[in-house]
Amino acid sequence: MNDTLLSAENVVKKYGDYTALNKANISVPKSSIYGLLGPNGAGKTTLMRIINQITAPDSGRVLFDGGLLNKEHIKEIGYLPEERGLYKKMKVGDQALYLAQLKGMSYGEAIKKLRFWFEKLDITSWWHKKVEELSKGMAQKIQFVVTVIHQPKLLIFDEPFSGFDPINASIIRDEILNLRKNGTTIIFSTHRMESVEEICDHIALINKSKTILEGPINKIKAEFQDENYEVIIDSNQLRNSERFDVLSQNKNKFEIKINSKNELKEAIDFINQNHNIISFKKNLASIEDIFIKTVGK
Amino acid sequence: MNKTFLIIKREFLVRVKKKSFIVMTLLAPILMASLIIVPVLISDTDQQKRLIGVFETNTNFSQELEDSENIHFTIFDETEMNSFINNPELSDYYALLKIEDESYTIFSNQQISLNLRKAIEKQLEQISERNKLKHAGIDIKIIQDAKTKITINTKIITSDGDTTSSSTEASIGIGFITGILIYMFIFMYGTMVMRGVIEEKTNRIVEIIISSVKPFQLMIGKILGVALVGLTQFILWVCLTILISSIAETMFVSSEEISNSINSADQSLIFNEINKLTGGIDLLLIFFSFLFYFLFGYLMYSALFAAVGSAVDAEADTQQFMLPITIPLIFSFILIQPIMDNPDGVLAFWMSIIPLTSPIIMMARLPFGVESWELILSMLLLIIGFIFTTFIAGKIYRTGILMYGKKISYRELWKWLTYKD
Repeated sequence: MNDTLLSAENVVKKYGDYTALNKANISVPKSSIYGLLGPNGAGKTTLMRIINQITAPDSGRVLFDGGLLNKEHIKEIGYLPEERGLYKKMKVGDQALYLAQLKGMSYGEAIKKLRFWFEKLDITSWWHKKVEELSKGMAQKIQFVVTVIHQPKLLIFDEPFSGFDPINASIIRDEILNLRKNGTTIIFSTHRMESVEEICDHIALINKSKTILEGPINKIKAEFQDENYEVIIDSNQLRNSERFDVLSQNKNKFEIKINSKNELKEAIDFINQNHNIISFKKNLASIEDIFIKTVGK
Repeated sequence: MNKTFLIIKREFLVRVKKKSFIVMTLLAPILMASLIIVPVLISDTDQQKRLIGVFETNTNFSQELEDSENIHFTIFDETEMNSFINNPELSDYYALLKIEDESYTIFSNQQISLNLRKAIEKQLEQISERNKLKHAGIDIKIIQDAKTKITINTKIITSDGDTTSSSTEASIGIGFITGILIYMFIFMYGTMVMRGVIEEKTNRIVEIIISSVKPFQLMIGKILGVALVGLTQFILWVCLTILISSIAETMFVSSEEISNSINSADQSLIFNEINKLTGGIDLLLIFFSFLFYFLFGYLMYSALFAAVGSAVDAEADTQQFMLPITIPLIFSFILIQPIMDNPDGVLAFWMSIIPLTSPIIMMARLPFGVESWELILSMLLLIIGFIFTTFIAGKIYRTGILMYGKKISYRELWKWLTYKD
């Protein structure tokens, strides 16, 4: 249990008659990248707001670094909300300083760390510009900097890549991976499943106010592994057999389901006898498939 | 606490550095000072002595025309008249008054001032009137004796049993001006707070900030920051107005005139005027009460303005929620006049006690004298009102700032009040 940085236990949050979270549970290991997934309106943002102490749960508890979450932890957490922006009329440098100080940093410390990050991301020349002079992607970079500036133990990113072009997105992704390497724990919420596959170690799937799936990404993928295979042959006609069912066909590409795990070899032999196999591979369940499968149910 | 201070500092500095703030702060005192000083200047320039030549044929006005301080009449003969008409520039005279039977004409090479024309017309009228009365055999003295003008002196009996002379006009003036100022300030700075809240919401910065501070801290920081802006502006206005008008006074008004109009050397013309006008009214009490009602009236209302700002997505949507806030303000504004007709009436009393209307109405009543227990009660209730509205507003605010793209109804607002933190 000691390597868990944050855990939410049976968290319930109601807004009037509407239940935003109903006994949600997550457990975020230290130095992991934890993907928080779920359809719109599932309760992800509410959970993130509870972790950030923007709002408090009606029941259940949140543990941070071994103790109950409290006001002292605000400076240990960095939050990049989905709905984010900056004061348009304020200068970039002043604004970054202000937000860093609000996180509890001293002026001197804040200015030192900001210099470091501005140089690292090559944005020093923006210091005296007003935010309204920046493009959306540029402003997003500033927001990223002010989120990580106080070196929190836990970072929470809600759709961090929205508004970035592919080059900047990869810069930010590298920075996120870097932060993890240095021991920061990251909660990561997104609808872009390919980035979840790419960087997350753990995931939780929240649907209709409940956690319906949680754990290391490999384990979850293994759980959803079924006996589906993709076969490509030299013909548009695949001979039927009682050993497998054809699930779908696209020209000479077939998705088949082996009826019994032990009959895999026989099935391959059967196809091999009747056709020339171009490729035969196991269909790995993608996070997207798992998402659609579990949420769609 | 430290973080609230940071917020106050930002809210204050951002607004004070704005060009519109600087322009407003500098322009208003210049305007005010010119309102004070220009009338003095105008009366000053009109003091110039005007020489008027008079030519008449059949009448006998010129014997009776009296020279005044700045008009001097001289009788012209025909040659003098002709030389003036041909060459008015060369003449020492400013204008020529020509009277032929019932026709009166003034010739001059420039447009003569209205004041001068009126003064001459008045003299001619009086002379003509007198002559007609004389013809009719009526003694002018009788008519003059019959004319009456009465002025009532008003005196207030203070609690020490002394009497001080008072001026109802000055009381009305002060009550009106301070009441309207409070009304204006509450609206100006209240909407400033509301705009700030909407700005943070539309900029989407609010969620970033409240992951560091409590929503209540953000709200109160904004309200106090804007309050400081208001106080700064007000104090600068007062100081600059006094400064500019005293500089203008020494520059434009001759020292002779100042020493003519006042006795003690250390008083300026303006203060002397003010003192003369407001004799008997406790200006210090009014000044400090004004600061109090300005500050707490603003604080109470601005919390409500902040709540409205948090509940909407754009300024255009604020109207439905603004109405209940503006009604008591506009209501008190309209009632300033009737309240001052009867400053001790039941309506005046209650409206100056109830917090929503008291900032404006109490200021309107104050110059007429208010019992000190009434003033203290009204002030206490205003502080309680401020705490109450801030509490309510805080509850609406913390939910509202995180709501996007939703039309909010009053029912919704009521629900927000009942949400647990």
